Amino acid sequence: MQVSMTMNGEEITREIEPRVLLVHFIRENLGLTGTHWGCDTSNCGTCVVLMDGQPVKSCTVLAAMADGHDVRTVEGLATAGVLDPIQQGFMEEHGLQCGFCTPGMMLTARALLDANPHPNDTEIREAISGQICRCTGYATIVRSVLWAAEHPAELVTIDEEVGA
Amino acid sequence: MTLIEEHPANPAAGDEDRPIGYGRLQRKEDPRFVRGKGHYIDDIVLPGMLHGAILRAPVAHARLVSIDTTEALARPKVLAVITGKDLEGLNLAWAPTLSADVQAVLVTDKVRFQGQEVAFVVAEDRYAARDALELIDVQYEVLPPVMNARKALDPDAPVIRDDIEGRTDNHIFDWSAGDEAEAAAVFAAADVVVSQEVVYPRVHPAPMETCGAVADFDPIDGKLTLYETTQAPHAHRTLFAMVAGIPEHKIRVVSPDIGGGFGNKVGIYPGYILAVVGSIVTGKPVKWVEDRSENLMSTSFARDYIMQGEIAATKDGTILGLRTQVLADHGAFNATAQPTKYPAGFFHIFTGSYDLKAAYCKVTGVYTNKAPGGVAYACSFRVTEAVYLVERMVDALARKLEMDPAELRLKNFIKPEQFPYANKTGWEYDSGDYEKTMRLSMEIAGYDELRREQKEKRARGELMGIGISFFTETVGAGPRKHMDIVGLGMADGAELRVHPTGKAVVRISVQSQGQGHETTFAQIVSEELGIPPEDIDVVHGDTDQTPFGLGTYGSRSTPVSGGAVALVARKVREKAKLIAAAMLETRPEDLEWEKGRWFVKGDPSVGKTIAEIALGAHGTVALPDGVDGNLDAEVTYDPPNLTFPYGAYICVVDVDPGTGHVKVRRFIAVDDCGTRINPMIIEGQVHGGLTDGVGMALMEIIEFDEDGNNLGGSFMDYLIPTAMEVPTWETGFTVTPSPHHPIGAKGIGESATVGSPPAIVNAVIDALAPYGVTSIDMPCTPARVWAAMQGHATPPI
Repeated sequence: MQVSMTMNGEEITREIEPRVLLVHFIRENLGLTGTHWGCDTSNCGTCVVLMDGQPVKSCTVLAAMADGHDVRTVEGLATAGVLDPIQQGFMEEHGLQCGFCTPGMMLTARALLDANPHPNDTEIREAISGQICRCTGYATIVRSVLWAAEHPAELVTIDEEVGA
Repeated sequence: MTLIEEHPANPAAGDEDRPIGYGRLQRKEDPRFVRGKGHYIDDIVLPGMLHGAILRAPVAHARLVSIDTTEALARPKVLAVITGKDLEGLNLAWAPTLSADVQAVLVTDKVRFQGQEVAFVVAEDRYAARDALELIDVQYEVLPPVMNARKALDPDAPVIRDDIEGRTDNHIFDWSAGDEAEAAAVFAAADVVVSQEVVYPRVHPAPMETCGAVADFDPIDGKLTLYETTQAPHAHRTLFAMVAGIPEHKIRVVSPDIGGGFGNKVGIYPGYILAVVGSIVTGKPVKWVEDRSENLMSTSFARDYIMQGEIAATKDGTILGLRTQVLADHGAFNATAQPTKYPAGFFHIFTGSYDLKAAYCKVTGVYTNKAPGGVAYACSFRVTEAVYLVERMVDALARKLEMDPAELRLKNFIKPEQFPYANKTGWEYDSGDYEKTMRLSMEIAGYDELRREQKEKRARGELMGIGISFFTETVGAGPRKHMDIVGLGMADGAELRVHPTGKAVVRISVQSQGQGHETTFAQIVSEELGIPPEDIDVVHGDTDQTPFGLGTYGSRSTPVSGGAVALVARKVREKAKLIAAAMLETRPEDLEWEKGRWFVKGDPSVGKTIAEIALGAHGTVALPDGVDGNLDAEVTYDPPNLTFPYGAYICVVDVDPGTGHVKVRRFIAVDDCGTRINPMIIEGQVHGGLTDGVGMALMEIIEFDEDGNNLGGSFMDYLIPTAMEVPTWETGFTVTPSPHHPIGAKGIGESATVGSPPAIVNAVIDALAPYGVTSIDMPCTPARVWAAMQGHATPPI
């Protein structure tokens, strides 16, 4: 079957098997390997991408279900070579170690900040509670999101660019 | 109160944005990770690459009757279906383990654990390979399994390893340390002896990235390039040469970015070997990446120790001795990864941080119908089990004597002036000031105030617990004369080249799984040579590009490779001195070093920077006799001893009396890892380990039912802490350098995983004191806590 979607601001169309999962479509059909998979059961959240601005676990979404939607992956966070504050925040506050959960964590955090520019510790923890990190112990991820919230001046015009 | 460590940049650096040497420094590896440009195993795509999938046994113990692969082979896109019989023809059906046993690559005779490898399909894509698994018809004759280690040595227990000639039981080894007679005498004369069974159940490291490999065998030049999720690329290359018969110079092992390891990625799994066989058979690259259930059910688990502990003391609280009998469940194959001499790893550090008169431990290893492994999950070669035992026993003694557990520990610590300290089981502790660290932890916690709060709450019927753990680790394996893995000595190489423009590359043998080696090792070189860290490239993970060494596990990277890197930089510095002397037309002994530069004693304006010297070395300077025209060096560092990091942890929990739910309200961790290189990275290592500790203490367990079904085979069943289950960590540190390490560093990678579980469990027991609870085993789930409150606590195994 044929699917079409907006992927990181670009219109794409591909021929696929109907059963292909969105995570495999993104990684293997499009070659965007920044989105990871870690559990197959929607528990770990390493596969989180934004669909119409909302975080979804792409291992539990068929590529066909994303047809006609706007999908954003980690590769779409930086624009024109300028990092999103959330990416900068993760580097500033040591929000990552092995880096495997990081793309999913950053996308969830981006969605949180879009909806709530000044989240507190609890709100950040709740937002990422569907995702697992085995390395950091989460405190530095919370600090990273707070860093991004505290540096809105560095927000680039991502919303316009994505055209959401 | 929340205390967040301050991490000022190294003041000696002068420029905070460009620190030289030690200090908080953003990681050099992060820019690629935050852009989604990390390069993990499943990101590797080679031209013509095929995909492998493993058919796994649905039962724990069964005779293999037949396998029919006809239908699977007939399926479109399927290129090969490999069975144990095929491997027998290649002499590859069995592979040696890291513990002088063998493990089946594919089942030939009998299934020995649920999830064991039965057949391997190679197909054009991932989905086709999985589809074909469904079409393989396997007939099994199911046998009764041995699922409880306590019953493994019963005379009527089924013999699991009937593949080993002459074997009539499930016994693997007995191993002991310490003096049994001396311990018996001390126990006989003691005022007080407390006994307790302490169980450390089976858990799993479960890194976010599962294990996988891409094998690319070139049939023309006979070279195998093997991309693998391995923490030990050089050791794997040598073992592959021994197992597969491919000459070692024709094997290149590449470990790309690793999505977490925690010991899960030390061993050589059947999947890796099958990817290699698949590539040889098809003539194309073959990728195999396991799914989460495969990871949890078949790759290296951790712990599974049943420990009978005894502690002896005088009635005023002087601890005299410790002894323990341990039953160790090693699963169906003895595949633990540890130095050859030590079948129970470094468990004999169970004497902890205390000055004892006697100690004795005996460990018995047994086979069961469970997955093999055992040394993993940041355990520092079983130091985790040892620390858990001693810290539970000290608390049990404190309860018996009605002493405060902090006071009891303070009374019995090894004193600073006793270091180096020879303990009763053969270790020589390098350095420590335990009381200082303990008191700092109590100060941050506000220990006395917490006890007052607890008293008030108890009066109101609220369940608040305060738990302490003071751990001493033994890490940085290790001295070659004592330590090897399958005959390979545990020394590490390092190579350093300073390019003509003064930029440098350092090649190391250890492999990061997220620890930040590209940053830390650059900082060590930077500290020694004065070259900014961003001008130093750290190369790792590729056996064609790096010197030999045994890899990253057991917190050994900084203690061993960190020493190697400091020494190789010093070797370059000494060579630079000779070249600088030639350039300045003076004698080497007239030169003095300041960071980054040799200058003439008494005339600091006359000197040469490392960059100038590098250009001189590669240029036209007339070099002294015996000095080559470069600024390179290499070393292999054989550590003289292990290092002994330690820490004082205090945990505060609240238990809901209505549900048995445990909430970790606060956790205070004060660590002493000797010299600190990058405080930001150290804090991150501690935070991660503390979270592991919460997982093991409260949530994580790989259990089995009596039929042999794995009850923890997915993330729906194997529960791992999220951001909601852990508090904001409160950390602090003291610095007691290791006297024998080149920079005084001790390693930090596993300290918190080792040290935190007893603090949490001791806190839970403390909270449940009003119910008369004196022991509970992990995981302290609401159901298990509730049972303990009702007086029905049962061990998990």
